[in-house]
Amino acid sequence: MTPRLELRNICKTYPGVVANDDISMSIAPGEIHAVLGENGAGKSTLMKIIYGAAQADSGTIHCDGQLVETHNPASSRALGIEMVYQHFALFESVTVVENIALSVSSEFHLESLASQITELSQRYGMPIDPYRRVHDLSVGERQRVEIVRCLLQAPKLLILDEPTSVLTPQAVVKLFETLRQLAAEGCSILYISHKLDEVQELCDSATVLRNGRVTGTARPRESTSVELARMMVGSDLPEMRLNPSNPSPEPVLDVRGLSAPPKDRYGIGLKDISFCVHGGEIVGLAGVSGNGQAELISLLSGERLHPQADTIRINGRPVGRLDAAGRRRIGTAFVPEERLGRGAVPPHALWENAILTGHRKGLVRNGLVNRPKAREFAGSIIERFNVKANGPGASAQSLSGGNLQKFIVGREIELAPKLFLVAQPTWGVDVGAAAFLRQTLIDLSRAGAAVLVVSEELDELFEICDRLLVICQGQVSAPLHTAETDREEVGLLMTRLGGQGSDKRSGELALQD
Amino acid sequence: MDLFIAIFTGTIIAATPLIFAALGELVVEKSGVLNLGIEGMMLVGAAFAFWGVIAGLPMPLAILAGALAGAASSLLFGVLALTFLTNQYAAGLALAIFGSGLSAFIGRGFGSAPIDALDAIHLPVLSDIPLVGPLLLRFDPLVYLALFMFAVISWFLYRTKAGLVLRTIGESPETAHAIGFPVIKIRYLAVLFGGLMAGLGGAYLSVAYTPLWVENMTAGRGWIALALVVFATWRPLRVLLGAWLFGGMTILQLQGQALGLGVPSELLSALPYAATIVVLVIISQNRQMLALHFPASLAKPFRPAN
Repeated sequence: MTPRLELRNICKTYPGVVANDDISMSIAPGEIHAVLGENGAGKSTLMKIIYGAAQADSGTIHCDGQLVETHNPASSRALGIEMVYQHFALFESVTVVENIALSVSSEFHLESLASQITELSQRYGMPIDPYRRVHDLSVGERQRVEIVRCLLQAPKLLILDEPTSVLTPQAVVKLFETLRQLAAEGCSILYISHKLDEVQELCDSATVLRNGRVTGTARPRESTSVELARMMVGSDLPEMRLNPSNPSPEPVLDVRGLSAPPKDRYGIGLKDISFCVHGGEIVGLAGVSGNGQAELISLLSGERLHPQADTIRINGRPVGRLDAAGRRRIGTAFVPEERLGRGAVPPHALWENAILTGHRKGLVRNGLVNRPKAREFAGSIIERFNVKANGPGASAQSLSGGNLQKFIVGREIELAPKLFLVAQPTWGVDVGAAAFLRQTLIDLSRAGAAVLVVSEELDELFEICDRLLVICQGQVSAPLHTAETDREEVGLLMTRLGGQGSDKRSGELALQD
Repeated sequence: MDLFIAIFTGTIIAATPLIFAALGELVVEKSGVLNLGIEGMMLVGAAFAFWGVIAGLPMPLAILAGALAGAASSLLFGVLALTFLTNQYAAGLALAIFGSGLSAFIGRGFGSAPIDALDAIHLPVLSDIPLVGPLLLRFDPLVYLALFMFAVISWFLYRTKAGLVLRTIGESPETAHAIGFPVIKIRYLAVLFGGLMAGLGGAYLSVAYTPLWVENMTAGRGWIALALVVFATWRPLRVLLGAWLFGGMTILQLQGQALGLGVPSELLSALPYAATIVVLVIISQNRQMLALHFPASLAKPFRPAN
């Protein structure tokens, strides 16, 4: 059978970087093909070349046996190649149907397009209302819009770039069903990811990239994660070193009866939350996002204050009314979920970003910034935490997600915190960096710090935490010892907490994306 | 009854220059560009239209001259802000000051004599219907043009693909560019349209509203137009209502002055400005509505990456 798409010896060099080096691969009609690789392995560049958004320096692309000569996104669409980007290209202020009308070539007739959208989205089990504003849609729904936009063009090859990085586990299941249905109808799918379990579940075949080269091809269902990971990382992943914890007698963080109203009408109110975190242990907060994690973490970090000071105590001291700076002064460090914009100022240099929280380390004297010292501090973080960056002068936004996260975590750890709050530590981070970050958290806690990790990845929490808390609908469960619980119990708590029987509906609500 | 008719028609007439200028600016801002220079463009339009009348051009051509002069002056802003990516606030303020100076310079030779104002229409039979005729059918053609432009702009923005493209460029020029729309070209067209409308508004002032030349005769209406767009939360109907409110307050305070209320006339003259802003501030309190209609990329320079 003629391959749907065939790449022969694709090379692409950017100044100073070989992004793609002699890459060849082929995809059959109806095949779901994974492109696996860590961040910076050259996956995105390769997809841009296939889609025509970038030109290869050498090598050829064949589509259905025909050599593709002139190549740009428009000609790709004409060939039936469609792409769903990792960051959606949707306008928030207009409706779904208007968004789609902008990029399809058909006549501007919203009513007929809307009925097409409804019909198509029903057929693939991803219902969307064409007249809703994108502004009001969840991330999962936005992705459906992007996919439906592609499907309207009846694609022969659909490229998805890290499609699950923003989805809840339930939405992922739904997406996979849709993709399998599409493939069964003959559409080829190129699935870019660094999540091994997903690739093993969904894909027929895989091409693994590392440093711009193909390091192997595999049948993911027949390979083990270890084999795939080795091809991706180039060596075996370091074993996690996890000594038994030695919790301090007194809790470092002590939360008692914390209730708070929702921040806005989309928020979740917190109801009577009590838990504590001792020095020397890692406590994980599991839950489907949007169940009050954001509210809880902002109350703990001091971004939001609580009128009753003694609902939150740090080392015995009531801090409910102490602001973020005050809590940092008494040894709290915080790594937020959003790296760009909340954890770091995107256009500023790393050394400037280091000052933001590191100013206590003598980087600022008499209100003046000590530049050499700040650069030295940033340089030491880069070195110690193995951050791939062009020195302390590189801007935060120039780093890949994983490297920026290493820098931000490093910046906070250098402050030797007594209480470390971290949200989604490995969100969008590749396997190697994720393993490094997890080990860093373990080492920090074993050195005596109290660590609270908020994460949606259960595997991660089970791997590093001593105790687990589960949050659902603004309520937090009693602590579970990781060694004595399992995924099933935690999964149930993630959906059913907060009542018996009668509250089943709210559990189902929590499941929706 | 005559007083009511006088107040009603006076309101509509006083609102007309604002409707032109504010609707033009609405289109500009919907494309993500903030042109603060409306006052200057209106003055240039007023001066050129007045010059057209003195030079003996037929009235429609004189008004056209004013509109085109407004558009030409907006080009100055366009080149600075869109091609050279200067700060839009600075470029707009520069245009406001430049337009004021240029119009004063042109107007030096105009003298203080009034000209023959633009004639009101008179439809046979219809304009003579009691009440309806004097209330609705005896305005000058530009009053009707302003209302027509309101309808056209509302239809264009919310019913056509070009209008949709304009709005999305105002939200995210990067995304619009990625889809393949010529962002800079469309923004230029929007800026030129805004200039044309401001020029029309200025022309209306000098050849119809007060048909004589006074330096800085716009008296801050350009700034009110700017405020109208913001407080009307970028929606055409609210711009229209806001302009009428301003017109109504203008006429009422004139009536108040005529009645000899014991309030200094300077304070009364300030009333329309204050009242318009107060009312608009109150109705623009709904933050969610604001967020939906606000052009998110407003005043942010954009250059397509290669």
